[in-house]
Amino acid sequence: MKPSRFVYHAPTELEQVLELLSEYGDDAKVLAGGQSLMPMLNFRLLSPGHLIDINRVSELARYSLSDSGLNIGALARQRELELSPEVELAYPILHEGLTNVAHVQIRNRGTICGSLAHADSAAELPSIMVALDAVMNVRSKDSRRTVPAEDFFTFHLTSSLNPEELLVSVDLPRMGANTVGVFDEITRRKGDFALVGAAVLGTWDSDGKIRDCRIVCSGVAPTPLRLREAERYVSGTDLSQEVLIGVQQLVTESLEPTEDIHTSAEYRKKVTGVIIRRGLARLADQRSTIHV
Amino acid sequence: MSEAVELDPVESKLWITTTINGAKGTHLVEQRITLADFLRKQIGLPGTHLGCEHGSCGACTIILDGKAVRSCLILAVQADGAVIETVEGLASEGELTQLQEAFHAHHALQCGFCTSGFLMSLTARLREGPIDTEAEAREALSGNICRCTGYSGMVEALLSLSNEANEDGAR
Ligand SMILES: Cc1cc2nc3c(=O)[nH]c(=O)nc-3n(C[C@H](O)[C@H](O)[C@H](O)COP(=O)(O)OP(=O)(O)OC[C@H]3O[C@@H](n4cnc5c(N)ncnc54)[C@H](O)[C@@H]3O)c2cc1C
Ligand code: FES
Ligand code: FES
Repeated sequence: MKPSRFVYHAPTELEQVLELLSEYGDDAKVLAGGQSLMPMLNFRLLSPGHLIDINRVSELARYSLSDSGLNIGALARQRELELSPEVELAYPILHEGLTNVAHVQIRNRGTICGSLAHADSAAELPSIMVALDAVMNVRSKDSRRTVPAEDFFTFHLTSSLNPEELLVSVDLPRMGANTVGVFDEITRRKGDFALVGAAVLGTWDSDGKIRDCRIVCSGVAPTPLRLREAERYVSGTDLSQEVLIGVQQLVTESLEPTEDIHTSAEYRKKVTGVIIRRGLARLADQRSTIHV
Repeated sequence: MSEAVELDPVESKLWITTTINGAKGTHLVEQRITLADFLRKQIGLPGTHLGCEHGSCGACTIILDGKAVRSCLILAVQADGAVIETVEGLASEGELTQLQEAFHAHHALQCGFCTSGFLMSLTARLREGPIDTEAEAREALSGNICRCTGYSGMVEALLSLSNEANEDGAR
């Protein structure tokens, strides 16, 4: 089994990548970690005429952490970010999400930006980006734009990228000192895509109330799904046991998840409520570890 | 655009230089051939197995520039300049590595189809540090699939290595 014929391009500069994309656009695919693209090529689910391998573009193979936030380049590997103690400290939710993406062997190659561009509705990283208000830096030969994570994912396996555009990097704003976030998911086997996953984030204020809660789910809709009603329900509370039980009930009653070969809508409904409750309980536990 | 796709078969090949199990060589490869097929068919190292060819089973795991990766999800042309280790490179002059010996001793294989992939994943993992607990062992095994053994032999093999190391250290 092998991919159908294509022309392989191995540019070394970002400008060359953008040039190639503008020339071949529709008939080309960007090859980053290859952990989603190569299976599709091997099975000939895709047969692009041109493959633009960005693995030799060293300027894309980096990430940088500063006071304002974290910038992750297109070729920064999932495993590299996962192993960075600085990233784990600044973005525990990202670290936790990364350890849930596939297996080490896949994360050794797979990129953060590749996962975002791929936009699988069951993937962990898109929901985390929405929870953190990340911003996508998108370029084509002649244009540059930024897209908030919430607008970036448009459908299962579909992002707002045009064929001639490259996701050059993603920016994560700094998490405040009192902001806490966790990611949890339900899978059949370790390393699988999530049946459902949830990124849960909030900020503890000095009077012991959680503010600006974000609850974003993977695997329940064609895109990362923000549960705004649940967010409103918990924001401004102390996340007491009563609130946790209440929000679980609210989610289980109001969610209308997708049904597919992996599991039923009914099951997804139930376990989404459970993992959100558990996630919020962890935010409650973490209150004691921060100084307000 | 399609005329570019109808390339002359010779034109569609590229030269790559790789170091495979210590031997450096230059080869003309087809652009669309995977690293797994290149190793098996062109280099003649069939120990790297192909199960699913979409990243799920781990049978094709090799070590590329020090990292365990799926060779079915990498193109041979991408390996230009790379240092590659396959299962054939583990034993030297017929002498098995400790990990291979432990697999043998603990019945960690039955049909053997998955074994080369496990050995490569675990070889890379053990270089990062010892595997001391069952949980660590199962985590290290989780990226590969075995249809025969039920994994317990592999867990025992890994823990035996850790026990040996501890005994050596205690002496
Ligand atoms: C067995 C297995 C299990 C997996 N399990 C999970 C899991 O549990 N959770 C999960 O989230 N993922 C999982 N994955 C997918 C993995 O995380 C991929 O690495 C990721 O989805 C894609 O990243 P990549 O760098 O490999 O991208 P590629 O495969 O190279 O590209 C994917 C797609 O995005 C496009 N693309 C890539 N980078 C860019 C860019 N910078 N700009 C524009 N377009 C781009 C490509 O053209 C292609 O269409 C799994 C994969 C395998 C093989
Ligand atoms: S053959 Fe490569 S992972 Fe199964
Ligand atoms: S020994 Fe047969 S698949 Fe593992």
